[in-house]
Amino acid sequence: MRTAFIQELFAIAQKDPRIVLMVGDLGFGVVTPFIERLPRQFVNAGVAEQNMTGMAAGMALSGKIVFTYSIANFPVLRPLEQIRNDVCYHNANVRIVAVGGGMAYGSLGPSHHATEDIAVMRAMPNMLVVAPGDPIEARLATRALVEYEGPAYLRLGRAGEPIVHRSEPHFALGKAIMVREGNDATLISTGGLLPEVMEAAERLAEHNVQVRVLSMHTVKPLDEEAVLAAARETSALFTVEEHSVVGGLGGAVAELLLEAGLFPAKFKRIGIRGGFSSKVGTQNYLREQYNLNALGIVNTVRDELKF
Amino acid sequence: MMTNIEQRWKDVAALAARIRRHTIEMTHRAKASHVGSSLSMVELLTVLYAQILRVDPNNPDWPDRDRFILSKGHGCASYYAILAEVGFFPVEWLETFYQNGSKLAGHATHTYIPGIEISTGSLGHGLSVATGMALAAKRDNKSYRTFCMLSDGECDEGSTWEPVLFAPQHRLDNLVAIVDYNKIQSLGTVKEVMDLESLTAKWESFGWAVREIDGHDLREIESVLSQIPFEKDKPSCVIAHTVKGKGVSFMENKLLWHYRSPQEDEYEAAIRELEGEG
Repeated sequence: MRTAFIQELFAIAQKDPRIVLMVGDLGFGVVTPFIERLPRQFVNAGVAEQNMTGMAAGMALSGKIVFTYSIANFPVLRPLEQIRNDVCYHNANVRIVAVGGGMAYGSLGPSHHATEDIAVMRAMPNMLVVAPGDPIEARLATRALVEYEGPAYLRLGRAGEPIVHRSEPHFALGKAIMVREGNDATLISTGGLLPEVMEAAERLAEHNVQVRVLSMHTVKPLDEEAVLAAARETSALFTVEEHSVVGGLGGAVAELLLEAGLFPAKFKRIGIRGGFSSKVGTQNYLREQYNLNALGIVNTVRDELKF
Repeated sequence: MMTNIEQRWKDVAALAARIRRHTIEMTHRAKASHVGSSLSMVELLTVLYAQILRVDPNNPDWPDRDRFILSKGHGCASYYAILAEVGFFPVEWLETFYQNGSKLAGHATHTYIPGIEISTGSLGHGLSVATGMALAAKRDNKSYRTFCMLSDGECDEGSTWEPVLFAPQHRLDNLVAIVDYNKIQSLGTVKEVMDLESLTAKWESFGWAVREIDGHDLREIESVLSQIPFEKDKPSCVIAHTVKGKGVSFMENKLLWHYRSPQEDEYEAAIRELEGEG
Protein backbone atom coordinates (compact mmCIF):
# COMPACT_ATOMS: atom_id res chain seq x y z
CA MET A 1 0.00 0.00 0.00
CA ARG A 2 2.87 2.32 0.83
CA THR A 3 4.36 1.83 -2.62
CA ALA A 4 1.01 2.31 -4.34
CA PHE A 5 0.43 5.50 -2.38
CA ILE A 6 3.82 7.01 -3.12
CA GLN A 7 3.78 6.08 -6.80
CA GLU A 8 0.30 7.51 -7.27
CA LEU A 9 1.06 10.68 -5.32
CA PHE A 10 4.29 11.23 -7.25
CA ALA A 11 2.50 10.79 -10.57
CA ILE A 12 -0.17 13.33 -9.60
CA ALA A 13 2.30 15.74 -8.01
CA GLN A 14 4.30 15.96 -11.24
CA LYS A 15 1.26 17.58 -12.83
CA ASP A 16 -0.15 19.39 -9.81
CA PRO A 17 2.20 21.83 -8.06
CA ARG A 18 -0.25 22.24 -5.18
CA ILE A 19 0.74 18.80 -3.88
CA VAL A 20 3.30 18.79 -1.05
CA LEU A 21 4.66 15.70 0.66
CA MET A 22 5.80 16.54 4.19
CA VAL A 23 7.55 13.83 6.18
CA GLY A 24 8.64 13.54 9.78
CA ASP A 25 12.16 12.40 8.90
CA LEU A 26 10.89 8.98 7.85
CA GLY A 27 10.46 7.20 4.54
CA PHE A 28 14.03 6.16 3.74
CA GLY A 29 14.15 4.86 0.18
CA VAL A 30 10.42 5.46 -0.26
CA VAL A 31 10.26 9.21 -0.74
CA THR A 32 13.37 9.44 -2.93
CA PRO A 33 11.49 10.42 -6.14
CA PHE A 34 10.12 13.47 -4.37
CA ILE A 35 13.51 14.47 -2.94
CA GLU A 36 15.26 14.10 -6.27
CA ARG A 37 12.67 15.24 -8.78
CA LEU A 38 10.16 17.41 -6.92
CA PRO A 39 12.25 19.10 -4.22
CA ARG A 40 9.97 22.14 -4.11
CA GLN A 41 7.04 19.87 -3.31
CA PHE A 42 8.85 17.99 -0.56
CA VAL A 43 9.50 19.02 3.04
CA ASN A 44 11.31 17.07 5.72
CA ALA A 45 10.00 18.58 8.96
CA GLY A 46 12.52 16.68 11.03
CA VAL A 47 11.54 14.62 14.05
CA ALA A 48 8.93 17.19 15.04
CA GLU A 49 5.39 16.06 14.31
CA GLN A 50 3.69 18.97 16.04
CA ASN A 51 5.50 21.46 13.85
CA MET A 52 4.97 19.23 10.82
CA THR A 53 1.22 19.31 11.33
CA GLY A 54 1.00 23.01 12.15
CA MET A 55 3.12 23.87 9.12
CA ALA A 56 0.98 21.61 6.96
CA ALA A 57 -2.05 23.62 8.06
CA GLY A 58 -0.24 26.86 7.24
CA MET A 59 0.77 25.62 3.79
CA ALA A 60 -2.72 24.28 3.12
CA LEU A 61 -4.23 27.64 4.07
CA SER A 62 -1.85 29.13 1.50
CA GLY A 63 -3.21 26.99 -1.33
CA LYS A 64 -1.30 23.71 -0.99
CA ILE A 65 -2.60 20.18 -0.60
CA VAL A 66 -0.29 18.75 2.01
CA PHE A 67 0.24 15.07 2.76
CA THR A 68 1.96 14.61 6.12
CA TYR A 69 3.61 11.22 6.28
CA SER A 70 5.06 9.17 9.07
CA ILE A 71 4.84 5.85 10.87
CA ALA A 72 1.86 4.56 12.81
CA ASN A 73 0.97 6.86 15.70
CA PHE A 74 3.60 9.51 15.05
CA PRO A 75 1.61 11.75 12.68
CA VAL A 76 -1.63 11.10 14.59
CA LEU A 77 -1.28 11.03 18.35
CA ARG A 78 1.71 13.29 19.02
CA PRO A 79 0.27 16.25 17.09
CA LEU A 80 -3.37 15.55 17.94
CA GLU A 81 -4.12 19.07 19.11
CA GLN A 82 -2.53 20.52 15.97
CA ILE A 83 -4.77 18.17 13.98
CA ARG A 84 -7.85 19.34 15.85
CA ASN A 85 -7.19 23.08 16.15
CA ASP A 86 -5.00 23.89 13.18
CA VAL A 87 -6.13 21.37 10.56
CA CYS A 88 -9.73 20.41 11.34
CA TYR A 89 -10.98 23.70 12.73
CA HIS A 90 -9.76 25.49 9.61
CA ASN A 91 -10.96 22.70 7.34
CA ALA A 92 -7.47 22.72 5.84
CA ASN A 93 -6.49 20.48 2.94
CA VAL A 94 -4.13 18.34 4.97
CA ARG A 95 -4.05 14.58 4.52
CA ILE A 96 -2.46 12.75 7.42
CA VAL A 97 -0.88 9.57 6.16
CA ALA A 98 0.15 6.84 8.58
CA VAL A 99 2.05 3.83 7.32
CA GLY A 100 1.97 0.73 9.45
CA GLY A 101 -1.69 0.83 10.43
CA GLY A 102 -2.61 -1.79 13.02
CA MET A 103 0.29 -4.03 13.98
CA ALA A 104 2.17 -3.83 10.69
CA TYR A 105 5.31 -2.96 12.64
CA GLY A 106 4.58 -5.93 14.88
CA SER A 107 8.00 -6.79 16.24
CA LEU A 108 8.82 -3.14 16.97
CA GLY A 109 6.44 -3.23 19.91
CA PRO A 110 3.34 -1.40 21.08
CA SER A 111 4.86 2.08 20.63
CA HIS A 112 4.67 1.33 16.90
CA HIS A 113 1.22 -0.31 16.90
CA ALA A 114 -1.48 2.03 15.58
CA THR A 115 -4.46 0.45 17.26
CA GLU A 116 -6.54 3.43 18.44
CA ASP A 117 -5.98 5.76 15.50
CA ILE A 118 -9.31 5.17 13.75
CA ALA A 119 -11.25 5.89 16.94
CA VAL A 120 -9.30 9.05 17.64
CA MET A 121 -9.47 10.36 14.08
CA ARG A 122 -13.18 9.54 13.83
CA ALA A 123 -13.80 11.86 16.75
CA MET A 124 -12.12 14.82 15.05
CA PRO A 125 -14.64 17.26 13.53
CA ASN A 126 -14.45 17.60 9.72
CA MET A 127 -12.08 14.62 9.46
CA LEU A 128 -12.50 11.99 6.75
CA VAL A 129 -11.12 8.59 7.79
CA VAL A 130 -9.87 6.22 5.10
CA ALA A 131 -8.25 2.80 5.54
CA PRO A 132 -7.80 1.03 2.18
CA GLY A 133 -7.99 -2.75 2.04
CA ASP A 134 -5.31 -3.46 -0.56
CA PRO A 135 -2.82 -1.64 -2.81
CA ILE A 136 -5.47 -1.05 -5.48
CA GLU A 137 -7.71 0.72 -2.99
CA ALA A 138 -4.70 2.64 -1.64
CA ARG A 139 -3.95 3.93 -5.13
CA LEU A 140 -7.57 4.91 -5.78
CA ALA A 141 -7.91 6.51 -2.35
CA THR A 142 -4.81 8.63 -2.96
CA ARG A 143 -6.26 9.84 -6.23
CA ALA A 144 -9.61 10.64 -4.61
CA LEU A 145 -7.98 12.45 -1.71
CA VAL A 146 -6.30 14.94 -4.03
CA GLU A 147 -9.74 16.00 -5.26
CA TYR A 148 -11.31 15.99 -1.81
CA GLU A 149 -11.84 19.28 0.05
CA GLY A 150 -11.00 19.26 3.76
CA PRO A 151 -8.93 17.25 6.21
CA ALA A 152 -8.46 13.53 5.80
CA TYR A 153 -6.71 10.64 7.49
CA LEU A 154 -5.25 7.89 5.33
CA ARG A 155 -4.29 4.72 7.18
CA LEU A 156 -2.02 2.47 5.15
CA GLY A 157 -0.41 -0.87 5.78
CA ARG A 158 3.20 -1.41 4.81
CA ALA A 159 4.51 -2.68 1.48
CA GLY A 160 3.85 -5.91 -0.33
CA GLU A 161 0.31 -6.71 0.76
CA PRO A 162 -1.62 -9.06 -1.54
CA ILE A 163 -3.95 -7.55 -4.11
CA VAL A 164 -7.60 -8.41 -3.53
CA HIS A 165 -9.28 -6.64 -6.42
CA ARG A 166 -8.69 -8.53 -9.65
CA SER A 167 -9.90 -5.55 -11.66
CA GLU A 168 -10.16 -1.91 -10.75
CA PRO A 169 -13.31 -1.45 -8.68
CA HIS A 170 -15.50 1.61 -8.75
CA PHE A 171 -14.09 3.69 -5.92
CA ALA A 172 -15.76 6.62 -4.21
CA LEU A 173 -14.88 7.99 -0.79
CA GLY A 174 -17.66 7.09 1.63
CA LYS A 175 -18.95 4.19 -0.48
CA ALA A 176 -18.17 0.64 0.55
CA ILE A 177 -17.08 -1.87 -2.07
CA MET A 178 -18.92 -5.19 -2.06
CA VAL A 179 -16.06 -7.57 -2.71
CA ARG A 180 -18.07 -10.72 -2.33
CA GLU A 181 -21.77 -11.37 -2.44
CA GLY A 182 -23.63 -13.49 0.08
CA ASN A 183 -26.73 -13.44 2.22
CA ASP A 184 -25.97 -15.65 5.22
CA ALA A 185 -23.70 -13.21 7.05
CA THR A 186 -21.70 -10.07 6.36
CA LEU A 187 -18.08 -9.37 7.16
CA ILE A 188 -17.41 -5.65 7.09
CA SER A 189 -13.68 -5.08 6.81
CA THR A 190 -11.55 -1.96 7.01
CA GLY A 191 -7.85 -1.61 6.33
CA GLY A 192 -5.27 -4.24 5.63
CA LEU A 193 -7.19 -7.24 6.96
CA LEU A 194 -9.21 -7.47 3.75
CA PRO A 195 -7.19 -10.39 2.32
CA GLU A 196 -7.69 -12.35 5.56
CA VAL A 197 -11.40 -11.56 5.49
CA MET A 198 -11.67 -12.76 1.89
CA GLU A 199 -9.89 -15.99 2.74
CA ALA A 200 -12.19 -16.45 5.73
CA ALA A 201 -15.21 -15.98 3.47
CA GLU A 202 -13.90 -18.66 1.08
CA ARG A 203 -13.39 -21.10 3.94
CA LEU A 204 -16.85 -20.40 5.31
CA ALA A 205 -18.28 -21.12 1.86
CA GLU A 206 -16.87 -24.62 2.26
CA HIS A 207 -19.28 -24.93 5.17
CA ASN A 208 -22.12 -23.68 2.96
CA VAL A 209 -22.19 -20.29 4.62
CA GLN A 210 -22.24 -17.59 1.95
CA VAL A 211 -20.68 -14.48 3.39
CA ARG A 212 -21.01 -10.99 1.99
CA VAL A 213 -17.77 -9.01 2.26
CA LEU A 214 -17.80 -5.23 2.34
CA SER A 215 -14.54 -3.36 2.08
CA MET A 216 -15.33 -0.33 4.20
CA HIS A 217 -12.32 1.69 3.07
CA THR A 218 -13.95 4.86 4.41
CA VAL A 219 -14.84 4.59 8.08
CA LYS A 220 -16.00 8.20 8.29
CA PRO A 221 -18.36 9.05 6.80
CA LEU A 222 -19.62 5.50 7.07
CA ASP A 223 -21.54 4.06 4.12
CA GLU A 224 -24.77 3.78 6.07
CA GLU A 225 -26.74 2.49 3.12
CA ALA A 226 -24.43 -0.50 2.64
CA VAL A 227 -24.41 -1.34 6.35
CA LEU A 228 -28.18 -1.09 6.73
CA ALA A 229 -28.72 -3.18 3.61
CA ALA A 230 -26.40 -5.84 4.99
CA ALA A 231 -28.26 -5.79 8.30
CA ARG A 232 -31.58 -6.25 6.53
CA GLU A 233 -30.43 -8.87 4.04
CA THR A 234 -28.12 -10.99 6.17
CA SER A 235 -28.78 -12.20 9.68
CA ALA A 236 -25.31 -11.75 11.15
CA LEU A 237 -22.90 -8.83 11.00
CA PHE A 238 -19.23 -8.92 11.87
CA THR A 239 -16.90 -5.97 11.73
CA VAL A 240 -13.22 -6.76 11.22
CA GLU A 241 -10.38 -4.36 11.88
CA GLU A 242 -6.78 -4.45 13.05
CA HIS A 243 -7.66 -1.92 15.70
CA SER A 244 -9.08 -1.79 19.17
CA VAL A 245 -12.72 -2.82 19.35
CA VAL A 246 -13.29 0.52 21.07
CA GLY A 247 -14.45 3.31 18.82
CA GLY A 248 -13.32 2.05 15.44
CA LEU A 249 -15.30 0.50 12.59
CA GLY A 250 -17.14 -1.78 15.03
CA GLY A 251 -18.20 1.12 17.15
CA ALA A 252 -19.33 3.11 14.12
CA VAL A 253 -21.44 0.23 12.80
CA ALA A 254 -22.94 -0.50 16.24
CA GLU A 255 -23.92 3.15 16.70
CA LEU A 256 -25.58 3.20 13.30
CA LEU A 257 -27.52 -0.04 13.77
CA LEU A 258 -28.83 0.84 17.20
CA GLU A 259 -29.97 4.29 16.18
CA ALA A 260 -31.61 2.84 13.06
CA GLY A 261 -33.47 0.30 15.19
CA LEU A 262 -31.95 -2.63 13.35
CA PHE A 263 -30.83 -5.52 15.50
CA PRO A 264 -29.14 -8.33 13.59
CA ALA A 265 -29.52 -11.76 15.11
CA LYS A 266 -25.77 -11.73 15.59
CA PHE A 267 -23.36 -8.82 15.80
CA LYS A 268 -19.72 -9.04 16.79
CA ARG A 269 -16.80 -6.66 16.64
CA ILE A 270 -13.71 -8.57 15.61
CA GLY A 271 -10.67 -6.56 16.61
CA ILE A 272 -8.12 -6.14 19.34
CA ARG A 273 -9.32 -6.71 22.87
CA GLY A 274 -7.31 -6.44 26.02
CA GLY A 275 -5.19 -3.36 25.43
CA PHE A 276 -1.49 -3.39 24.73
CA SER A 277 0.02 -6.46 23.15
CA SER A 278 2.00 -8.42 25.68
CA LYS A 279 3.52 -10.57 22.96
CA VAL A 280 6.38 -9.90 20.61
CA GLY A 281 6.14 -10.94 17.00
CA THR A 282 5.50 -10.19 13.39
CA GLN A 283 2.21 -8.85 12.10
CA ASN A 284 1.16 -12.33 11.00
CA TYR A 285 2.04 -13.78 14.39
CA LEU A 286 0.15 -11.07 16.26
CA ARG A 287 -2.86 -11.43 13.96
CA GLU A 288 -2.91 -15.11 14.80
CA GLN A 289 -2.64 -14.35 18.53
CA TYR A 290 -5.59 -11.94 18.33
CA ASN A 291 -7.68 -14.24 16.09
CA LEU A 292 -7.49 -11.68 13.32
CA ASN A 293 -6.16 -14.00 10.61
CA ALA A 294 -8.46 -15.96 8.31
CA LEU A 295 -8.61 -18.95 10.66
CA GLY A 296 -9.35 -16.75 13.67
CA ILE A 297 -12.11 -14.94 11.81
CA VAL A 298 -13.62 -18.26 10.67
CA ASN A 299 -13.56 -19.58 14.24
CA THR A 300 -15.23 -16.46 15.60
CA VAL A 301 -17.97 -16.64 12.98
CA ARG A 302 -18.49 -20.36 13.65
CA ASP A 303 -18.68 -19.73 17.41
CA GLU A 304 -21.29 -17.04 16.93
CA LEU A 305 -23.33 -18.93 14.33
CA LYS A 306 -22.83 -22.23 16.19
CA PHE A 307 -21.86 -24.61 13.42
CA MET B 1 2.54 74.14 12.14
CA MET B 2 2.68 70.40 12.54
CA THR B 3 4.53 68.50 9.84
CA ASN B 4 2.92 65.60 8.05
CA ILE B 5 5.22 63.20 9.86
CA GLU B 6 4.35 64.64 13.25
CA GLN B 7 0.66 64.50 12.40
CA ARG B 8 1.03 60.86 11.34
CA TRP B 9 2.62 59.92 14.66
CA LYS B 10 -0.08 61.81 16.49
CA ASP B 11 -2.68 59.78 14.59
CA VAL B 12 -0.93 56.52 15.40
CA ALA B 13 -0.77 57.44 19.07
CA ALA B 14 -4.47 58.32 18.99
CA LEU B 15 -5.23 54.98 17.39
CA ALA B 16 -3.28 53.17 20.11
CA ALA B 17 -5.23 55.10 22.73
CA ARG B 18 -8.53 54.04 21.15
CA ILE B 19 -7.40 50.39 21.10
CA ARG B 20 -6.48 50.64 24.79
CA ARG B 21 -9.85 52.13 25.64
CA HIS B 22 -11.73 49.51 23.60
CA THR B 23 -9.78 46.82 25.44
CA ILE B 24 -10.79 48.14 28.86
CA GLU B 25 -14.41 48.53 27.79
CA MET B 26 -14.58 45.10 26.18
CA THR B 27 -13.07 43.19 29.09
CA HIS B 28 -15.18 45.15 31.58
CA ARG B 29 -18.44 44.60 29.73
CA ALA B 30 -17.63 40.94 29.08
CA LYS B 31 -16.27 40.31 32.59
CA ALA B 32 -13.35 38.80 30.69
CA SER B 33 -9.86 37.79 31.73
CA HIS B 34 -6.58 38.68 30.02
CA VAL B 35 -6.89 42.44 30.03
CA GLY B 36 -3.21 42.68 31.04
CA SER B 37 -2.10 40.49 28.12
CA SER B 38 -4.19 42.54 25.71
CA LEU B 39 -2.83 45.87 26.95
CA SER B 40 0.83 44.87 26.75
CA MET B 41 0.71 44.54 22.96
CA VAL B 42 -1.42 47.56 22.06
CA GLU B 43 1.46 49.55 20.56
CA LEU B 44 2.82 46.52 18.71
CA LEU B 45 -0.58 45.79 17.12
CA THR B 46 -1.16 49.45 16.34
CA VAL B 47 2.12 49.90 14.47
CA LEU B 48 1.70 46.57 12.67
CA TYR B 49 -1.77 47.38 11.34
CA ALA B 50 -1.27 51.12 10.82
CA GLN B 51 2.18 51.06 9.27
CA ILE B 52 3.73 47.69 8.58
CA LEU B 53 1.33 45.00 7.38
CA ARG B 54 0.38 45.02 3.71
CA VAL B 55 -3.26 44.15 4.20
CA ASP B 56 -6.47 45.48 2.68
CA PRO B 57 -9.50 45.54 4.97
CA ASN B 58 -11.72 45.76 1.90
CA ASN B 59 -10.15 42.63 0.46
CA PRO B 60 -9.18 40.50 3.46
CA ASP B 61 -8.46 37.41 1.36
CA TRP B 62 -6.15 39.22 -1.07
CA PRO B 63 -3.71 36.39 -1.95
CA ASP B 64 -0.58 38.52 -1.65
CA ARG B 65 -1.45 40.09 1.70
CA ASP B 66 0.96 39.87 4.60
CA ARG B 67 -0.18 37.29 7.13
CA PHE B 68 -0.48 38.03 10.83
CA ILE B 69 -1.12 35.32 13.42
CA LEU B 70 -1.83 36.08 17.05
CA SER B 71 -0.43 32.96 18.64
CA LYS B 72 -1.26 34.33 22.10
CA GLY B 73 -4.94 34.07 21.28
CA HIS B 74 -6.02 34.97 24.82
CA GLY B 75 -4.94 38.56 24.19
CA CYS B 76 -7.61 38.93 21.53
CA ALA B 77 -9.48 41.95 22.93
CA SER B 78 -6.94 44.44 21.60
CA TYR B 79 -6.55 42.35 18.43
CA TYR B 80 -10.25 42.51 17.65
CA ALA B 81 -10.14 46.22 18.46
CA ILE B 82 -7.35 47.01 15.99
CA LEU B 83 -9.01 44.92 13.26
CA ALA B 84 -12.25 46.86 13.76
CA GLU B 85 -10.52 50.23 13.94
CA VAL B 86 -8.65 49.72 10.67
CA GLY B 87 -11.84 48.60 8.96
CA PHE B 88 -12.00 44.81 8.79
CA PHE B 89 -15.37 44.79 10.52
CA PRO B 90 -17.69 47.29 12.22
CA VAL B 91 -16.48 48.73 15.52
CA GLU B 92 -19.93 47.98 16.98
CA TRP B 93 -19.08 44.28 16.92
CA LEU B 94 -16.64 44.91 19.76
CA GLU B 95 -19.58 45.43 22.09
CA THR B 96 -20.55 41.78 21.60
CA PHE B 97 -17.21 40.38 22.81
CA TYR B 98 -17.86 37.15 24.81
CA GLN B 99 -21.64 37.49 24.50
CA ASN B 100 -24.05 34.71 23.59
CA GLY B 101 -24.41 34.58 19.82
CA SER B 102 -21.41 36.84 19.20
CA LYS B 103 -18.80 36.36 16.50
CA LEU B 104 -16.08 37.42 18.94
CA ALA B 105 -14.99 34.55 21.21
CA GLY B 106 -12.61 34.88 24.12
CA HIS B 107 -9.74 33.59 22.03
CA ALA B 108 -8.97 34.73 18.50
CA THR B 109 -11.43 32.96 16.23
CA HIS B 110 -11.42 33.06 12.45
CA THR B 111 -14.97 31.95 11.76
CA TYR B 112 -17.04 34.87 10.47
CA ILE B 113 -14.37 37.45 11.27
CA PRO B 114 -12.61 39.02 8.29
CA GLY B 115 -8.90 39.58 8.76
CA ILE B 116 -8.17 36.72 11.13
CA GLU B 117 -5.97 34.13 9.45
CA ILE B 118 -6.34 31.38 12.01
CA SER B 119 -8.02 30.68 15.29
CA THR B 120 -5.74 30.32 18.27
CA GLY B 121 -6.13 29.84 21.98
CA SER B 122 -4.05 26.81 22.78
CA LEU B 123 -0.50 28.08 23.14
CA GLY B 124 2.41 26.93 21.03
CA HIS B 125 0.49 26.56 17.75
CA GLY B 126 0.76 29.87 15.92
CA LEU B 127 4.42 29.90 14.98
CA SER B 128 4.20 26.51 13.23
CA VAL B 129 1.27 27.62 11.13
CA ALA B 130 3.04 30.90 10.38
CA THR B 131 6.14 28.95 9.37
CA GLY B 132 4.04 26.86 6.98
CA MET B 133 2.67 30.04 5.41
CA ALA B 134 6.17 31.48 5.06
CA LEU B 135 7.41 28.23 3.54
CA ALA B 136 4.53 28.21 1.04
CA ALA B 137 5.42 31.78 0.04
CA LYS B 138 9.04 30.80 -0.56
CA ARG B 139 8.05 27.75 -2.59
CA ASP B 140 5.69 29.86 -4.72
CA ASN B 141 8.08 32.84 -5.05
CA LYS B 142 5.51 35.09 -3.39
CA SER B 143 6.58 38.30 -1.69
CA TYR B 144 4.17 38.36 1.26
CA ARG B 145 5.57 38.22 4.78
CA THR B 146 4.20 36.30 7.76
CA PHE B 147 4.19 37.79 11.25
CA CYS B 148 3.47 35.88 14.42
CA MET B 149 2.97 37.37 17.88
CA LEU B 150 3.87 35.10 20.77
CA SER B 151 3.53 35.47 24.50
CA ASP B 152 6.47 34.87 26.78
CA GLY B 153 4.51 32.15 28.58
CA GLU B 154 4.07 30.14 25.42
CA CYS B 155 7.83 29.96 25.05
CA ASP B 156 7.47 27.24 27.73
CA GLU B 157 5.82 25.05 25.08
CA GLY B 158 8.15 22.59 23.37
CA SER B 159 6.12 23.03 20.20
CA THR B 160 7.16 26.70 20.07
CA TRP B 161 10.77 25.65 19.68
CA GLU B 162 10.14 23.21 16.82
CA PRO B 163 9.48 25.98 14.27
CA VAL B 164 12.22 28.06 15.90
CA LEU B 165 14.55 25.24 14.82
CA PHE B 166 12.94 24.75 11.42
CA ALA B 167 12.72 28.30 10.08
CA PRO B 168 16.47 29.13 10.00
CA GLN B 169 17.22 25.73 8.41
CA HIS B 170 14.96 26.76 5.53
CA ARG B 171 16.18 30.38 5.43
CA LEU B 172 12.71 31.81 5.96
CA ASP B 173 13.61 35.48 6.00
CA ASN B 174 9.97 36.26 5.19
CA LEU B 175 8.97 35.13 8.69
CA VAL B 176 8.83 37.42 11.72
CA ALA B 177 8.26 36.32 15.30
CA ILE B 178 7.40 39.00 17.85
CA VAL B 179 7.57 38.03 21.50
CA ASP B 180 5.39 40.18 23.74
CA TYR B 181 7.77 39.89 26.67
CA ASN B 182 5.66 41.33 29.49
CA LYS B 183 7.46 39.16 32.07
CA ILE B 184 4.32 37.82 33.74
CA GLN B 185 2.65 34.54 32.93
CA SER B 186 -0.26 32.64 34.39
CA LEU B 187 0.85 31.74 37.91
CA GLY B 188 3.73 34.10 38.48
CA THR B 189 6.51 36.07 36.87
CA VAL B 190 8.33 34.45 34.01
CA LYS B 191 11.46 34.46 36.13
CA GLU B 192 9.71 32.53 38.89
CA VAL B 193 7.83 30.04 36.71
CA MET B 194 10.22 29.25 33.86
CA ASP B 195 13.02 31.72 33.40
CA LEU B 196 13.52 32.41 29.71
CA GLU B 197 16.75 34.34 30.02
CA SER B 198 18.67 34.92 28.00
CA LEU B 199 15.75 34.92 25.57
CA THR B 200 17.61 36.87 22.92
CA ALA B 201 20.59 34.52 23.10
CA LYS B 202 18.26 31.53 22.78
CA TRP B 203 16.65 32.78 19.56
CA GLU B 204 20.03 33.89 18.20
CA SER B 205 21.59 30.53 18.92
CA PHE B 206 18.80 28.85 16.93
CA GLY B 207 19.74 31.01 13.94
CA TRP B 208 17.32 33.95 14.06
CA ALA B 209 18.26 37.60 13.61
CA VAL B 210 17.04 39.23 16.80
CA ARG B 211 16.27 42.81 17.84
CA GLU B 212 15.25 43.90 21.31
CA ILE B 213 12.92 46.86 21.52
CA ASP B 214 10.75 48.84 23.89
CA GLY B 215 7.40 47.40 22.90
CA HIS B 216 5.55 50.57 23.85
CA ASP B 217 7.68 53.01 21.84
CA LEU B 218 5.72 53.51 18.64
CA ARG B 219 8.62 55.02 16.70
CA GLU B 220 11.06 52.33 17.75
CA ILE B 221 8.60 49.57 16.83
CA GLU B 222 8.04 51.11 13.41
CA SER B 223 11.73 51.69 12.84
CA VAL B 224 12.67 48.10 13.66
CA LEU B 225 9.78 46.38 11.86
CA SER B 226 10.58 48.44 8.76
CA GLN B 227 13.99 46.74 8.56
CA ILE B 228 12.69 43.22 8.02
CA PRO B 229 14.44 40.99 7.25
CA PHE B 230 17.12 42.01 9.69
CA GLU B 231 19.51 39.68 7.88
CA LYS B 232 19.12 38.07 4.49
CA ASP B 233 18.26 34.35 4.68
CA LYS B 234 17.43 34.51 8.38
CA PRO B 235 14.02 34.68 10.03
CA SER B 236 13.56 37.78 12.18
CA CYS B 237 12.68 37.84 15.86
CA VAL B 238 11.65 40.91 17.81
CA ILE B 239 11.86 40.62 21.57
CA ALA B 240 9.52 43.38 22.66
CA HIS B 241 9.98 44.40 26.28
CA THR B 242 6.52 45.32 27.46
CA VAL B 243 4.55 45.93 30.61
CA LYS B 244 1.60 43.74 31.44
CA GLY B 245 -1.48 45.93 31.87
CA LYS B 246 0.31 48.87 30.25
CA GLY B 247 -1.49 52.20 30.41
CA VAL B 248 -3.53 51.70 33.56
CA SER B 249 -1.29 52.34 36.56
CA PHE B 250 -3.01 49.96 38.95
CA MET B 251 -2.93 47.13 36.41
CA GLU B 252 0.70 47.49 35.39
CA ASN B 253 3.00 44.61 36.28
CA LYS B 254 0.34 42.91 38.39
CA LEU B 255 -0.26 39.16 38.07
CA LEU B 256 -3.86 39.73 39.20
CA TRP B 257 -4.63 41.42 35.89
CA HIS B 258 -3.88 38.29 33.93
CA TYR B 259 -7.28 37.16 35.21
CA ARG B 260 -9.23 39.95 36.79
CA SER B 261 -11.91 41.71 34.83
CA PRO B 262 -12.27 45.45 35.59
CA GLN B 263 -15.15 45.97 38.01
CA GLU B 264 -17.31 49.10 37.75
CA ASP B 265 -15.11 51.32 39.93
CA GLU B 266 -11.93 49.96 38.39
CA TYR B 267 -13.33 50.45 34.93
CA GLU B 268 -14.19 54.06 35.69
CA ALA B 269 -10.80 54.71 37.24
CA ALA B 270 -9.08 53.17 34.22
CA ILE B 271 -11.07 55.27 31.76
CA ARG B 272 -10.37 58.41 33.81
CA GLU B 273 -6.68 57.62 33.68
CA LEU B 274 -6.73 56.97 29.94
CA GLU B 275 -8.51 60.27 29.44
CA GLY B 276 -5.80 62.02 31.41
CA GLU B 277 -7.89 62.72 34.46
CA GLY B 278 -6.38 60.05 36.65
